[in-house]
Amino acid sequence: MTKISLNLLTGRTIQQGSTMEGGKEKKAYTKAVAIIEMTPEDMKRLKVWKNTNVRVSNEFGSVVVKAVLAEQGLHSGDAYMPMGPWANMVVDPNTYSTGMPTFKGTPIEVEVAINEPIYDSQELVRRACGLKV
Amino acid sequence: MANIVSDVICTFCGTLCDDLEIELSDDGKKIKEVYHACAIGAEKFLHSQAEDRITRPRMMQEDGTTKEVSYEEAAKYTAKILCDAKKPLMYGWSSTSCEAQSVGHEIAEAVGGMVDNTATVCHGSSLIAVQDVGIPSCTLGEAMNRADRVVFWGCNPAHAHPRHMSRYSVYPRGFFTGKGAKSRKVIVIDPRKTDTASLADAHLQLDQGRDYELLSALRVAFRGEKLPDFVAGIPKDQIYEAADLLKSGRFVIIYFGMGVTQSLGKNHNIDIAIAVTRDLNDYTKAAIMPMRGHYNVTGSGEVLGWQFGFPYCVDLSRGIARYNPGETSSNDLLVRDEVDAAFILGSDPGAHFPISSVKKIAQLPSVAIDPHLTPTTAVCKLHVPVAFVGVEVGGCCYRMDNVPIESRKVVDPPEGMLTDQEFLTMVLAEVRKCKGV
Repeated sequence: MTKISLNLLTGRTIQQGSTMEGGKEKKAYTKAVAIIEMTPEDMKRLKVWKNTNVRVSNEFGSVVVKAVLAEQGLHSGDAYMPMGPWANMVVDPNTYSTGMPTFKGTPIEVEVAINEPIYDSQELVRRACGLKV
Repeated sequence: MANIVSDVICTFCGTLCDDLEIELSDDGKKIKEVYHACAIGAEKFLHSQAEDRITRPRMMQEDGTTKEVSYEEAAKYTAKILCDAKKPLMYGWSSTSCEAQSVGHEIAEAVGGMVDNTATVCHGSSLIAVQDVGIPSCTLGEAMNRADRVVFWGCNPAHAHPRHMSRYSVYPRGFFTGKGAKSRKVIVIDPRKTDTASLADAHLQLDQGRDYELLSALRVAFRGEKLPDFVAGIPKDQIYEAADLLKSGRFVIIYFGMGVTQSLGKNHNIDIAIAVTRDLNDYTKAAIMPMRGHYNVTGSGEVLGWQFGFPYCVDLSRGIARYNPGETSSNDLLVRDEVDAAFILGSDPGAHFPISSVKKIAQLPSVAIDPHLTPTTAVCKLHVPVAFVGVEVGGCCYRMDNVPIESRKVVDPPEGMLTDQEFLTMVLAEVRKCKGV
């Protein structure tokens, strides 16, 4: 299975913001936030069509999200996930004594996970915390 | 005739738009439509009317289900976990009013809590930098009336502060900027070609995490010194052009966001951004402003500042106020297992903290006070829903430029629901009983 290495950026999108205010337990929030934006070149390298489920992982964790084409242009080799529980499964928690985790610039590996489910925000976090779902 | 409430404050982001109009039902009980707000602000007002909204506190059961409890029981549980703890974390505060924050701080003082707000994952780095080197800033009104050079560094207001550009930074006609957008040159510095960048006169699409280098290069370019061919992936000619554009302005405003505060370098990225602003003041007038996220994270910093002397990461566990980001900051405290209870109000660390910190919250006695269902309420032992500030109760909020704005009540909360200030007052009474103070 092809696996590619990328540099992960996270942040706000207006879809993330409005669906968050509409309710984080709703499907619209999962649809807007459980994604990874990639360049067309990187999608080719990964050998996936857009809207395919992929697994994003690194030393900090792992999460399944949908691969989509970046709407706001990225450098090839960079990937973007809207801020939220999915991105936070893999962001670098190190604060380097500043109090601020390193939300931008986390090395990740991405591979196709076409048959794996994308959990909603509440189930994702409860599972990760070892709580009953 | 339509029942319209005008001049409503939008309590979503730090822009605190104050020109919303809300159409109510004839009996004034329901919000029917929201005018002038951005997509996010409108959703906030409309979601408060959701039929499936949680209106009573809920306690998590062993089997993962929840059981409804009264506000009195919730206040007692909250007071108990805070009083039993040696070092409770009291995090959030940014989506509530200054009045509620102040009551919360009284509780924190009584129980020796660690008080931290969302700046810890937002502009905390900026606050450290401001303490290190100061900040030449201004109000949004001043920027609107004077700024003819606008820099968005590592921020994307088209998505995160959707009306910022139309109300203050790019499009409005001001006293000295009578032609609106035509009187301004906009520079965006961002590793992505964001929707904000697509509106800019110049976009420096630097390599991610190389902000410090590019800011240094600008300082070199201001002085007309030599640069290498590329800095942070940007050709030197573009850097000289940007430097000349900035120096030729009558008033430069630099807005900066998470692109600089959350990338490696953190507070040092802001140090040098402030140094760039100081340098520009040798040639013209220049100011710099953080793009604050939550509508009242600035207010939380202000209230903590005047009560304890520090804007976030305040440690009250020793009976005096201490401050040491990296040690007294929420994520460091959680990851190092240094807190033994979690009290979360007006924020969602379950969604916005790294998962390693969320796992720790899930293991602690915990309470989440929030109108919404969130990943935080999904892992906390108690969820206390409260009225929406700015929709169902008024209160003081601080805009991103430190201007206090009084938010307004538009409709009543669902029957029997408390505001966070009312709930905190109940908790404070219980804490005082427990501590005998």
